[in-house]
Amino acid sequence: MMTLKLPIYMDNHATTPVDPRVLDTMLPYFTTEFGNAASRNHVFGWNAEKAVDQARDQVAALIGATGKEIVWTSGATESDNLAIRGVAEFYKDKGNHIITTQTEHKAVLDTCKFLEKQGFKVTYLPVKPDGLVDLDGLREAMTDKTILVTIMLANNEIGVVQPVAEIGAIVKQKGAIFHTDAVQGAGKIPFDVNACRVDLASISAHKMYGPKGVGALYVRRKPRVRLAPLILGGGHERGMRSGTLPVPLIVGFGRAAEIARQEMPDESKRLLALRERLRRQIQDAISETYVNGSLEHRLPGNLNISFAYVEGEAMMMALKEVAVSSGSACTSASLEPSYVLRALGIGEELAHTSIRFGLGRFNTEEEVDYVARLVIDKVNKLRELSPLWEMAQEGIDLKSIEWAAH
Amino acid sequence: MAYSTKVIEHYENPRNVGSLPKEDEGVGTGLVGAPACGDVMKLQIKVNLETDVIEDAKFKTFGCGSAIASSSLVTEWVKGMTLDQAMGVKNSQIAEELNLPPVKIHCSVLAEDAIKAAIADFKTKRAKRQAEATKKAG
Repeated sequence: MMTLKLPIYMDNHATTPVDPRVLDTMLPYFTTEFGNAASRNHVFGWNAEKAVDQARDQVAALIGATGKEIVWTSGATESDNLAIRGVAEFYKDKGNHIITTQTEHKAVLDTCKFLEKQGFKVTYLPVKPDGLVDLDGLREAMTDKTILVTIMLANNEIGVVQPVAEIGAIVKQKGAIFHTDAVQGAGKIPFDVNACRVDLASISAHKMYGPKGVGALYVRRKPRVRLAPLILGGGHERGMRSGTLPVPLIVGFGRAAEIARQEMPDESKRLLALRERLRRQIQDAISETYVNGSLEHRLPGNLNISFAYVEGEAMMMALKEVAVSSGSACTSASLEPSYVLRALGIGEELAHTSIRFGLGRFNTEEEVDYVARLVIDKVNKLRELSPLWEMAQEGIDLKSIEWAAH
Repeated sequence: MAYSTKVIEHYENPRNVGSLPKEDEGVGTGLVGAPACGDVMKLQIKVNLETDVIEDAKFKTFGCGSAIASSSLVTEWVKGMTLDQAMGVKNSQIAEELNLPPVKIHCSVLAEDAIKAAIADFKTKRAKRQAEATKKAG
């Protein structure tokens, strides 16, 4: 058995470490191959451009696209902004209606809210208790003024995978543009922009063992999707995103995408087995735990689970040698519990007790077993400390009590 | 967010965890907060009926580390205090002792509310007993 190293990282939805193979590919582009990819008149520029184009093909191959359809950005937040604001601005004469869901990432929701202030109408579709979009609800929401539908591939909190191919078919039938925030799904599960009829897709390197600071927006060429740029300048990236390309980061992104594509069949099976090993050990040993969101339509590495009567931040403090994340209010600046969990209809008292485990490429079976044992021990300890657990054991219905809100 | 060493110390070794029999004459129980808000504190005191001195205090808390530490600290403080002294415990003292950041001040407010609620419960029970005694005597 391997010796276990602490702390253990199980927050791979937040970010992932750079794979050493990726780093090796990047290093020469900081020093010897440092050219500007836009320098057209010497070998330094040509080499940089060649490396960037290879990375374009590698990233495109991961999502079934062609290299010419990849626009480099600083990350997925920028990709989401460019896609949504870019479409809204360019197609505003065609219509003023945008459809999204209540469980999108803030990069999408806040961009939609910004556009509402500019006079656009936005429909925030509810989701079902399993976290999936209701396709009939989407059909009904679409009007002849709908220019854009933006629905994520996989959710960053609960890992739920939306039926993107079905959504794409509905959106295209109505002639709108379809954007998907594919940050959490790309590189983890099969995703093909043509099969899903996606026009725009946001992806990020650091969620797939590449470097932070680089992302991409897939922009369909046939039929061509147009965007108004957010950043003006030298006309890089076909005028959609000016700015000198960060060649080392792009090269790393390309390699990371290539590894993710090659290893996905085996790696997704391995992660699913680890996730289920963690889930079963926890749920077999502890009563009143609830998995949030569909277990069936879910990223293999995601486990988001509520431990009734144990507050999430206290739980994270107890798991101090394990990096995880919580939907508890106390972990957010707003003091509101996770809006994603609330959109699923999960009560606030359970939302406060949720913990997100994000398993990744470098997690092992030993780590999973260690974490499961630790979780079981700490939940039992914190329940001994919990007045709510005591009341539940005494048969008191917590809903019958008039709690003073504060 | 990094926790202060005092919060961590109380969180890892909470003092006076447990429950007192809430029907006992000398016991006052305060239950404050709400599950939906992510904090619930139950704080109990055992009061000497002759001297009004708090002889014992116990708590159970559902909440973050700062909430657990605040309630642990307050049980430690009120032991040995008279009811009047315990009424004077201020959330600002708790926040200062534990170095709570602004976002966690509400945890100390809740701890102050919990001790006040426990004292109020004790006094209500006593007044009720006295009223019943007067009724019987009359």
